[in-house]
Amino acid sequence: MMELRDLYRDVIVDHNRNPRNAGRLDPADHEAHGDNPLCGDQLDITLQMEGDIIRDIRHQGKGCAISTASASLMSEAVKGKSRQEVESLFEQVHAMLTQANGPMPTGLGKLAALAGVREFPARVKCASLCWHTLNAALAGRGRTISTE
Amino acid sequence: MLDVAKIRAEFPILSRKIRGRPLVYLDSAASAQRPRAVIDAISGYYEQHHSNVHRGVHTLSQEATDLFEGAREKVRRFLHAASTREVVFVRGTTEAINLVAQSWGSSQLGPGDEVLITWLEHHANIVPWQQACARTGATLRVIPIDRQGVVDQQAFREMLGPRTRMLAISHVSNALGTVLPVREMVAAARELGVTTLVDGAQGVPHGPVDVQALGCDFYCFSGHKLYGPTGIGVLYAREAVLAQMPPWQGGGDMILNVSFEGTTYNELPYRFEAGTPNIAGAVGLGAAIDWFGALDHAAVAGHEATLLAHATERLQQVPGLSLVGTAPGKASVVSFTIDGIHPHDLGTILDSEGVAIRTGHHCAMPVMKFFDLPATARASFAVYNTTTEVDALVDALGVAREMLG
Repeated sequence: MMELRDLYRDVIVDHNRNPRNAGRLDPADHEAHGDNPLCGDQLDITLQMEGDIIRDIRHQGKGCAISTASASLMSEAVKGKSRQEVESLFEQVHAMLTQANGPMPTGLGKLAALAGVREFPARVKCASLCWHTLNAALAGRGRTISTE
Repeated sequence: MLDVAKIRAEFPILSRKIRGRPLVYLDSAASAQRPRAVIDAISGYYEQHHSNVHRGVHTLSQEATDLFEGAREKVRRFLHAASTREVVFVRGTTEAINLVAQSWGSSQLGPGDEVLITWLEHHANIVPWQQACARTGATLRVIPIDRQGVVDQQAFREMLGPRTRMLAISHVSNALGTVLPVREMVAAARELGVTTLVDGAQGVPHGPVDVQALGCDFYCFSGHKLYGPTGIGVLYAREAVLAQMPPWQGGGDMILNVSFEGTTYNELPYRFEAGTPNIAGAVGLGAAIDWFGALDHAAVAGHEATLLAHATERLQQVPGLSLVGTAPGKASVVSFTIDGIHPHDLGTILDSEGVAIRTGHHCAMPVMKFFDLPATARASFAVYNTTTEVDALVDALGVAREMLG
């Protein structure tokens, strides 16, 4: 059985207390709003691009520790990455969060701290909200997305 | 005094372990657990008596019909309704309100009419009325609450007027535990000839209700919050009102005669029960009413008051904790937040300590918005809970604060 500490690892607790890249970019090239209606979590992602590369990113919202830490970790991981690299990262993170019996990911760096979430199915959407919102922002759908 | 140890022994699930810890179940306002008597009544029905009801002349069909109608009579007595013609079996409170909003609403509401609800309502007593208003051109008006979670009675008196056609209110708020002065509010509405509906989902689990003394036209509740099965509930409707309502769903059991030229509808309450009903659910609900009805209700109220007082006192000592909903005389429900810890993290951490609470918006988003909160944590206490379990909740909150605070 999974211990609670596998979910709330030190990295998660730290990023929840002190989220990196918090706030809004103004002006922003892209932005999107995400809702998790089940929890009431809300998140805004703003991006500044340099061609195909995410030059800067900010996130701002209301959410639980998992959702806040995930957005903070994501913002660090995607800064300076191309659209294609972000897409591939999202696929790996998604697999890590949802495949309960899959292999533990390698090469995800600090994002691997979220691996414990897969043992808590009720919390997967908390961790993935920021990624869905980032996708919507990159796709230029400057609208609200929902995890439901 | 309530013999809580004896009561606990009747609930098999209470001996379960969750993540290696004894289960501390503090989520009965979402759904209560079932005593052995209810579980046995359901299995006994399926093992010995099951068939379809109101049809066929064979023995099992008669036995199933007798059990089903017997359950209706138990509900009638429990609510002190005048007749079983006033007791409609539905899936739950939500379906009951939808039935009224659609059948009564479509025939009685029109442009300029007003439906009055309170700010405390569960989504189930908001959305069906929004839909009815959208269909009929009526207007939905909302009676405000104060920071304690008490419904503003002066505003209510001012909003109640010649345009009001329906007053639809909770008996007890699910999110905050506020007990509404339903008797007084219903009486004020009746004086103006306004039809009244009371959402009793959180009302009946705390004690018997007398619908005739209450004076409402409709009263609804769900079996699963009353220690009974899910998927069964009751719409009580005063016969004079129900008789005027057009049928809701069409199908078998709700008809007397069908031809392609036209259909004659069945009498009350069957006109509102199309299709094969949840027979086992009704039997289980009857058993739950028998079980709950046999308790000493003054002792139940005393026990719940003790749990609430103990929880309120201990929770107020938790640093950073704020109680949400502090109405005087409220039911045994505590909603709260802790600074810096989101309710969903609390829910997960408490679960790892074996403590089950509800976290989220409690299907009452307007209440959350009123208090400017995305969500709260809610512990609710039932007849089988103990002060030791309240202490387990407080200890588990300590674990959460240590981890995330």
